[in-house]
Amino acid sequence: MAQVLVVTSGKGGVGKTTSTAALGAALAQEGQTVVVVDFDVGLRNLDLVLGAERRVVYDMINVIQGQANLNQALIRDKRVETLYLLPASQTRDKDALTDDGVARIIAELRERFDWVICDSPAGIERGATLAMRHADIAVIVTNPEVSSVRDSDRIIGMLDSKTEKAERGEWMDKFLLLTRYDHARAQRGDMLKTEDVLDILSIPLLGIIPESQDVLRASNVGSPVTINNPSSAPAKAYAEAARRLLGDTMAVTVPREKKNLFGMLFGRRAA
Amino acid sequence: MALVLTPEMPVADWLEQFDALLARSPAYFINRPVVVDVSGLPQKRPDLMGIVNELQARKIRVMALEGTETATLGADARGLPPILSDGRPSTPIDVPPQTNEAAPATPPDPRPSTSMVIDRPVRSGQSIYCPDGDVTILGSVASGAEIVAGGSIHIYGALRGRAMAGWGNKNGRIFCQSLDAELLAVDGLYKTADEIDIGLRGRPVQAWSNGDVLVVEALA
Repeated sequence: MAQVLVVTSGKGGVGKTTSTAALGAALAQEGQTVVVVDFDVGLRNLDLVLGAERRVVYDMINVIQGQANLNQALIRDKRVETLYLLPASQTRDKDALTDDGVARIIAELRERFDWVICDSPAGIERGATLAMRHADIAVIVTNPEVSSVRDSDRIIGMLDSKTEKAERGEWMDKFLLLTRYDHARAQRGDMLKTEDVLDILSIPLLGIIPESQDVLRASNVGSPVTINNPSSAPAKAYAEAARRLLGDTMAVTVPREKKNLFGMLFGRRAA
Repeated sequence: MALVLTPEMPVADWLEQFDALLARSPAYFINRPVVVDVSGLPQKRPDLMGIVNELQARKIRVMALEGTETATLGADARGLPPILSDGRPSTPIDVPPQTNEAAPATPPDPRPSTSMVIDRPVRSGQSIYCPDGDVTILGSVASGAEIVAGGSIHIYGALRGRAMAGWGNKNGRIFCQSLDAELLAVDGLYKTADEIDIGLRGRPVQAWSNGDVLVVEALA
């Protein structure tokens, strides 16, 4: 039976879509069958990050409205065979997502995949609650800044009250993924420290993704960072996070500034 | 509210009936204060002492006696429960009808608790409202969350949000392990984050109302 995982956050722009693509690809690279589902109706993005934007013919709304079946809408990744995408619609408005439709699609995907990863829209509106509604596990993506942490706290509260699991009285596993972490800035006090974020949110840490040009570069070429540059620091951090989701226990490494010889000779330069 | 038992003469027969009632609902008298109306008994110390001892042997808590007077008993009142006057009757109790089933293993809670215990963090945007009792939080209260209690608020974690205790009751207090509150209020007196002494931040603190001012002090 599949695990349904929702990637969510309160604030926008923290890296949910990037993280969904990277985690999904990393799990698929571990041999799991994975489908990533874009719930951000009206503003689709996940297809771009996966480099599948030109291959979208049918989307989730078409499936919900019965104009296509799931097989027609699922897009298989060209690089990792066990990775699939269910895209969102950009032309329909977000009210086209119905409770029944979403429940039906999730139930069908559960049958076919090991992991169903739902990329939630930001905020606390209907799209976000629908994305989290059927989840078994939640990954809360947070930047080390106060507004992001506060909004994440709000979302954790909703995960504890507005999901099917919560309504059945069960406890949902929730993990924190700290993205865009800059060690030097955290040390200077320009950014919240990891301990502070964990202290405020009090949920287990899944991983810390360092702020890196590699993430942006990968997004722009339409490839999850774990596929585009597996040896980069963020790719390694995502791969480790995926292993933790699969049940491996390993210590989370806090990314540190690694100055190479070149950097030491020439000092800091504006990028 | 107390329960009134009215023993009648002969006491032995009444006790037999009472035992039968007790056997039907053994849990009924647990934790219930009982007043014994002794107006039907001889106003003599041995009789009164006897009925009190009999009831105590059945684990009934006799809080007071009614239907007699300290004056008439005089020195006989020694060692007896206090004499009550001006007791007002309320509706007669309904003894649950006898059923074939055995008595429940756990007696139902006779007095539902008005207090609340929250065993997880209170998240931003959540609001805990407990108009009649105390609220105990085993965790932190996030910034943007609020706790409202008729009684006191106890927080075994950091208080980062708003806490309002003693709704219309100035005896309520706020206790927390680490103070970083947006607002503290007791009985309508409040202090915002700016008005709270900076030296108390991050410390275990209690807050109460002294009538005119909200006092916030570190816990020793």
